[in-house]
Amino acid sequence: MNFIAADYGTMVLLLILVAASLAMYFIKDLLHAVVVFGAYSLTMALLWLQMNTPDLAITEAASGICMTVLMMIVILRTSRKGE
Amino acid sequence: MKDFILKHIAAIILPFICIYGFYVILHGHISPGGSFAGGIIVGLSFIAFITIYGSRKGHAQMPDKVLVFMESYGTLWYGIMGMIGIFKGVPFLANKLAGVNLGAPWALSSGGLISLIGIGVGIRVTSTIITLFFTMMEDES
Repeated sequence: MNFIAADYGTMVLLLILVAASLAMYFIKDLLHAVVVFGAYSLTMALLWLQMNTPDLAITEAASGICMTVLMMIVILRTSRKGE
Repeated sequence: MKDFILKHIAAIILPFICIYGFYVILHGHISPGGSFAGGIIVGLSFIAFITIYGSRKGHAQMPDKVLVFMESYGTLWYGIMGMIGIFKGVPFLANKLAGVNLGAPWALSSGGLISLIGIGVGIRVTSTIITLFFTMMEDES
């Protein structure tokens, strides 16, 4: 098995991806889980960049990191007020 | 939210985010990015404005009438650009077959109808995201 240097970078990013997605399942506090989801999206954007698709990396950075996290935080705040 | 620093920093930064979104939309056919990613970035600048300044000022800045107008006419613009091919006697959304001048490669004016279609899609994505955010923010409260 011959790996070039870029493959090791991809492997490390994939391991971080698995760790982040498992952590999202086990974390109890919802706000902390949303922050971990932001880290998951950042890793995914770097992974798209590693695989030569900067187009998807821009979309992932805009929609995954900023939009989804902002929406989740606003939803958490409004739903906690009602309880 | 009554944060002085946050409001004043946002007032400086948010126009540049909006301009960067328009840059990504207009250069979608010659560089990475495109109308969907650019539309999300333009929408994000308004979403950050609504989050920081509150939804009442957000509604004053982006009324529902403007959102409905942008959403429907962005889609209609896509349809009109597609129908140019049909009026010329070639398939829907045809670009070079319809006789459009493609221009020099890697110039901003190249690509024919693609950059014009991208403007419509960007407007549509922006208004959809802002509408989604307004709906989620105000449903519970």
